[in-house]
Amino acid sequence: MKKVPLREIAHSRSGDKGDTSNVGVVPYDEQNYELIKEQVTVERVRELFGELVQGEIIRYEFDGLKAINFVMKNALSGGVSRSLNLDTHGKSWANLILRLEVTVP
Amino acid sequence: MVKKSIRIGCGSGYAEDNLDPAIELAKKADLDYLCFDSLAERTLSMAQMRKLADPETGYDIRLEQLARTFLPYVEKGLKIVGNMGAANPEAAIKRVQEIAEELNLSNIRLAAITGDDVLDQIKEKDPIIFETGKPLSELPGTIVSANAYVGADAIVEALENGANFIIGGRLADPSLFLGPMIYEFGWAEDDWDRKGKGIIIGHLLECGTHVTGGNYADPPYRIVPGLDRLGLPYAVVEESGNGVISILNDAGGLMTIDTCKSQLVYEVHDPENYITPDGVADLKHVTVKQVGKNDVLVENGKGKPRPETLKVLVGVLEGYIGEGEMSYAGPGAYERALLSQDTLKKRFDRLYKEHSLEIRYDIIGVNSIHGSSAPPLSDPPYEVRLRSAMRTESKEIAEAWAHEVELLYLLGAAGGGGNRRMVKQVLAMYSAFLDASDVKLKVSMIEEVVK
Repeated sequence: MKKVPLREIAHSRSGDKGDTSNVGVVPYDEQNYELIKEQVTVERVRELFGELVQGEIIRYEFDGLKAINFVMKNALSGGVSRSLNLDTHGKSWANLILRLEVTVP
Repeated sequence: MVKKSIRIGCGSGYAEDNLDPAIELAKKADLDYLCFDSLAERTLSMAQMRKLADPETGYDIRLEQLARTFLPYVEKGLKIVGNMGAANPEAAIKRVQEIAEELNLSNIRLAAITGDDVLDQIKEKDPIIFETGKPLSELPGTIVSANAYVGADAIVEALENGANFIIGGRLADPSLFLGPMIYEFGWAEDDWDRKGKGIIIGHLLECGTHVTGGNYADPPYRIVPGLDRLGLPYAVVEESGNGVISILNDAGGLMTIDTCKSQLVYEVHDPENYITPDGVADLKHVTVKQVGKNDVLVENGKGKPRPETLKVLVGVLEGYIGEGEMSYAGPGAYERALLSQDTLKKRFDRLYKEHSLEIRYDIIGVNSIHGSSAPPLSDPPYEVRLRSAMRTESKEIAEAWAHEVELLYLLGAAGGGGNRRMVKQVLAMYSAFLDASDVKLKVSMIEEVVK
C-alpha cells in the first residue's frame, strides 16, 4: 500500500452553473472506481476545499462511466459575473481535487 | 423514408470559438447537419445589451463570417442549426439572407426561431428567484434580459417547413443536436429513452473541442497531440439514439473514452436527472467504448419525460468591479508584494471601506485562486504579482480603486512594475422558472433565396 495524489490515478473536470460548481473525477483505470468511491468522500473534499465552498456538497455516481461527480453549492463567490476570484468559473477546482491523497495497492 | 443514421457535427462550442475546424468538418466529414452552440450564461445578456444600444444588432459577432463561410455548403445540402441569433434571431436571419443573395446562392431556406425572450412574461409573473428565494421584483439592480432555455420542437418545425439554415436565440445546447435527430428519425413525442440518448450525444458535442482534447491535457498524465489544431467532434447517430462520436483522422486532438467521460461529467449534476427542455436524460448507466482510433461508441443512456417548467436566465446590472495588478521580482519579491498589499489595505480602510460591497487581495503565483486551500508556501517564488479587486455600486469608486493599485508605483514597496488595471460592469445572472406553456415560440420562414 502507498499514498499518492489522486492525480496519479484519476482525471477531473470542473464546470459552473451560477454559483454552483461541479467537479467530476474519473479514474484512468475503471478498476479503481471502488477505491475512489471509498476514499474520495464528501467529508474529505469539504476539508480540502475549505472556505472556497460555503454551501452543501453532494456526491453523485456514474455507474456506467465509473466516475463520480461533486456538486458544490455557493462555491464560486457568487458566480461568474460577481466573483472577485481570478478564476471566476472555478475551472481549476478540478486541479485542486487532484491534490487529495489516496491509498493504492 | 426514415434514415438509418445521420451525421451531425459541432461547429462551435461557445460565442467566440474558432471556426477553422468547423470548415474542416464541413469539407471532410460528409455531414448532414452542422450545429453551432454560440452561447454561455452571460453571452446572451451581453447580446441583449448590444441590442438595447442598437436594435439591429444583438446576434453573434461571428455571424457575418459564419454565413459567408458555410452558406456555400448549405447550397450543396448541408443543414445548419444554431443559437447564434442570441438576442436578435430575426435581425440575424435577415443579415444571412442578404449575404446569401450577395453570394448569388440558391436553395437556401432560412428560418428564425423567436419567443425565448420572456422579459415581459417574467415581469408580469414575478417568479421566485432560485438564488435568493425571493420574488424577481425584489432584486436590486437593473434587469436587462430574461431568456428561457427552449428545446428542439421549434427546430423540428423549421426542418419540417424545409428550412436548411436555422437560427434561434436561447435554444438549449443539446437541443441544437437533438432537433435534427427527432426530425430525421421521427421519434415519437413520448419516446423519452431515445430522446434521452440523443440529449447525451448532444451534450458530448455541444462544447466542441472540450471532447476532443481541449481543457484536458495535463502532462505527463494526459498528453494531447496537436493542441494547436484541435479538431471539432462529429457523431454518427443511429435511429436507436446510440451513436459513435469521432474526430477527423487528420485533425489534432484525441477522441478516447477518457475525453468522452470528462465531458459527460461536465456540468451534469445528478446523472439520473440531466434536465433539458426536451426531456430528462439519465446518464447513470451510460457507457463509452473505443471502437476505432478516433471513434467512441456511446450507449445505454435513458430518458424521462420533459419538465413542465423552463429555466429562465435573468441578467441584472449590479454595479462595478475595479481591479489592478502590480508585479514584483527579484530577491525579496514576495515580502515587497506583501508590504504593498498592506499599504493598499490601510488606504482601503481609511478611504474606501464604506463604499465597498466586497474587497479582495491576492498574491498571484501563491494563493490567488485556491486561497486558503493552497498548500503553505515553503519557498517564496522569485517573482509574484499583487492584485486587488473591489466590487462596488459606483463606477467612480471602482475606477478610483483600480487607480490606487497604479499609485503603488510611487507609494508602494521598491521595484513595483507592470501595472494593469480594469473596470467592468457586473452583469449578474439569476435563474427562475416559468411554465413551459407561458413560453410561445415562433418559427419565421424567410422566402426561399433564389437566383
